[in-house]
Amino acid sequence: MRMSYSDYDPACLPDLLPLYYRRLFPFSQYYRWLNYGGVQKNYFQNREFSFTLKDDIYVRYQSFSTQNELEKEMQKMNPYKIDIGAVYSHRPNQHNTVKSGSFQALEKELVFDIDMTDYDDVRTCCSAADICSKCWTLMTIAIHILDRALRDDFGFQHLLWVYSGRRGVHCWVCDEAARKLSAAGRSAVAEYLSLVKGGEETVKKVVLTDPIHPFISASLEVVEKYFLEYAVQDQDILGRKECVDKVLALVPEDVRNELQTKMKGVKQPEKLWKMIKNEAKNKQGTVKKGQHFEKEIMLQYCYPRLDVNVSKGVNHLLKSPFSVHPKTGRISVPIDLKEVDSFDPFVVPTISRICEELDRPRTEEEKSEESQDKENEKDAVETRKMRDYKRTSLAKYVKYFDSFLDGMTRSWKGELLRKSDDQMEF
Amino acid sequence: MQFQRRHRKLGTNPQSELYLQPLQFYGEPPLENISLAEFETFAVERLKLLKTVENLGVSYVKHSSQYKLKMDNELRLLHFPYRPDTKRRKDHISHFILRLAYCQTEDLRRWFIQQEVDLFRYRFTDLPPQQKLEFLHKNNLKYNTLSDKEKNELSDKLLMSSYSVSGVTVEKLEFYKVPFQDALDLVRSRKVYLKAGFAFVPQQDIVTIVLNDFRTRLSKALALTARSLPAVHSDERLHPLLNHLSHAYLGQDYSIQKNVGKISLEQIDSLSGKSFPLCMRQLHQALRENHHLRHGGRMQYGLFLKGIGISLEQALQFWRSEFIRGKVDADKFDKAYAYGIRHMYGKEGKRADYTPYSCMKVILSNPPSQGDHHGCPFRHSDPELLKQKLQFYKVSPSSITQIMELVKGMHFQLACQKYFEVTHNVEDSSFSLSHPNQYFIESQKALGGGKDPKRDVDVPQKVQETSQHLAETAEDLEALFKDG
Repeated sequence: MRMSYSDYDPACLPDLLPLYYRRLFPFSQYYRWLNYGGVQKNYFQNREFSFTLKDDIYVRYQSFSTQNELEKEMQKMNPYKIDIGAVYSHRPNQHNTVKSGSFQALEKELVFDIDMTDYDDVRTCCSAADICSKCWTLMTIAIHILDRALRDDFGFQHLLWVYSGRRGVHCWVCDEAARKLSAAGRSAVAEYLSLVKGGEETVKKVVLTDPIHPFISASLEVVEKYFLEYAVQDQDILGRKECVDKVLALVPEDVRNELQTKMKGVKQPEKLWKMIKNEAKNKQGTVKKGQHFEKEIMLQYCYPRLDVNVSKGVNHLLKSPFSVHPKTGRISVPIDLKEVDSFDPFVVPTISRICEELDRPRTEEEKSEESQDKENEKDAVETRKMRDYKRTSLAKYVKYFDSFLDGMTRSWKGELLRKSDDQMEF
Repeated sequence: MQFQRRHRKLGTNPQSELYLQPLQFYGEPPLENISLAEFETFAVERLKLLKTVENLGVSYVKHSSQYKLKMDNELRLLHFPYRPDTKRRKDHISHFILRLAYCQTEDLRRWFIQQEVDLFRYRFTDLPPQQKLEFLHKNNLKYNTLSDKEKNELSDKLLMSSYSVSGVTVEKLEFYKVPFQDALDLVRSRKVYLKAGFAFVPQQDIVTIVLNDFRTRLSKALALTARSLPAVHSDERLHPLLNHLSHAYLGQDYSIQKNVGKISLEQIDSLSGKSFPLCMRQLHQALRENHHLRHGGRMQYGLFLKGIGISLEQALQFWRSEFIRGKVDADKFDKAYAYGIRHMYGKEGKRADYTPYSCMKVILSNPPSQGDHHGCPFRHSDPELLKQKLQFYKVSPSSITQIMELVKGMHFQLACQKYFEVTHNVEDSSFSLSHPNQYFIESQKALGGGKDPKRDVDVPQKVQETSQHLAETAEDLEALFKDG
């Protein structure tokens, strides 16, 4: 396995989780997020949480009336994994007591799940659950493309990108309009964003037809920035003969034969790619179908592959931010969009690392802060917990999460202001 | 029966006003009393109508001139014209009766909505332009149009987003600025330009908006109806009829088994070559090769196996023995996969007895993606690969050409039926293929030399009939599935 979890041993998880939930998990930010400013009644209270406990025991339909209750329960159960579900019509923990049929999922963030295993046919570096810094570029591309489209095309503003803890990323679109989207709306958005289609029985998974939609052009612009370095150099998709054949399988048959003759003897991948591009340019003038093959190749190798089923259902569960990945020990941390290109999954802290960091001796500065705390005995416990995560490498991720939440708060404050302004005008 | 008591406004008669319009969103339920006999006739006739809409949609390219022609004919034969207002009452009432029958499960709702939307689309497209506009205004579908300045700024993007618009006409064309939630079908297929949450819809695509609205209203209405259903079910005259009507939508559902355990696991390999439709053969092969199938594949194949009579115990043994040859050990299988299999057999979760997937479901829902082997090979394979596969299965070149023609015309079920005929040496099969399990039964029948060892796979049990009249209705319905 290429990914080394040198500092993490899954056998220690049961010992680390209590510490994590007692001293490090950012409950107050977490509650602030899911409460959405208290704008809608019972929004937090009717939210489903689901816990995965030791030995894959799965407990669905958990719900909590306060932040405190959530905290207490998580500290009691010490879940290996936390999933977030929908906001229901009733409290999920009472779902058995309401008449069947009336317990319904009403709202949820619009979510996207991109998993590296879905790229197995176009990665040469790793397969299945493995990732490396080479193929991680695929996630970077995915974030750029989807983030742009969700903002510019769909007008969403509050997008939380989260590392899944192992081999992928999640996106939580938190705008009110996104949370209220119907199942049909969700699937329409997901399909608008899906370009790579077909399973094991389909070789050519991207087919473009004229005219090329502005969304596709914008996505291609992103791919073009990465393609040469990522695909041609790092993945070496035009290296070995089998690889070249795989690429050429995406080219229309007549062009393929021409290209094969021209490419004979040429070995440098960059040159080969240039030849394919030129061929496409030459063919562009002809009226024949399939003149976009160079674009189709780029998209098939680089375009984000969404798990559409996760996005479609209002009631679909998705792993929560700040949950631990039991296999890697890494925390599901939010990704700062400003730093997405330098985001390195291997640097994301593991639970063992941040727990260790807690045990480090305190610096002078921290000590003096602590003595101040003692003067204000009442909030001491609360403040200590706040300080605790700040002493670990989790701090910067929580800080980013805070700024994300601030952005949301500003927007609904603006909304409230506008509403009250409207009322002032007679 | 009376649907609902409401006070009518003095001086107006909303019903007759409603019937003045050629088309409606079915926003108001009918308020009159009708006889039980009329209730039944209307219901059965509407069902026939929707079955026809479904069949035509499968056999013809929707909205082609051929489709339109057929639709015209069929609607006339079924006495469902909508232009002269005399029959509009029947259209109205029968729609609401079927709502009662088709609101109960998600599958039923999906089918009903799909057919009603197709019917509506056909009718709306057929209206003259003036009436289309009137309809939009009556139903509060008013959107802002783009100013010339906006159009100029965006003309490139607008041009690139619409198949039907060419450069010259962008200026002349009206574009509506519509929240994207109201134009989902156009968004889904990227047939419209999107900016900041608004879709810019060219005037000729406005029909899609209307349909989207109709679909949303209908979907909400069905959910509401489902909630008030217990009251209707307490009516012993209606309950059995409604139940029977809802059983009718896909004909046989292949869930009730009498020959459970008659097939042994050892037989599956040979049966998969002889009697499985291509989709199941493909799944079986993938399972044997990879010792694994992803969720979509397990569902499609697992329920099919259940449908041919594999018992729960057999199924567990079958999947376990295959999975543990791959990356999954017995312990992981029992934890992660056995639940799903018991679930299929109604032994877990909400304990619903799941029915095997029909062709429509396989073709239309949950298309395969990376790593998946499920779906319909005629719908979801590259034509080249499909051709190779057929060659590998020793289908003659001329038959392959025929099959590929059908695939090209999007007649996937017909292509599969052709494949059946070729591989079973029958000239003209006497059934109309709509279900993988039906394929299996027909294949066993054909291979058994006319007599049918599996014939005791039965149609869903009929609900107890309460009157002679109902029994006749039932027979009528039975006939409907046969030719459906």
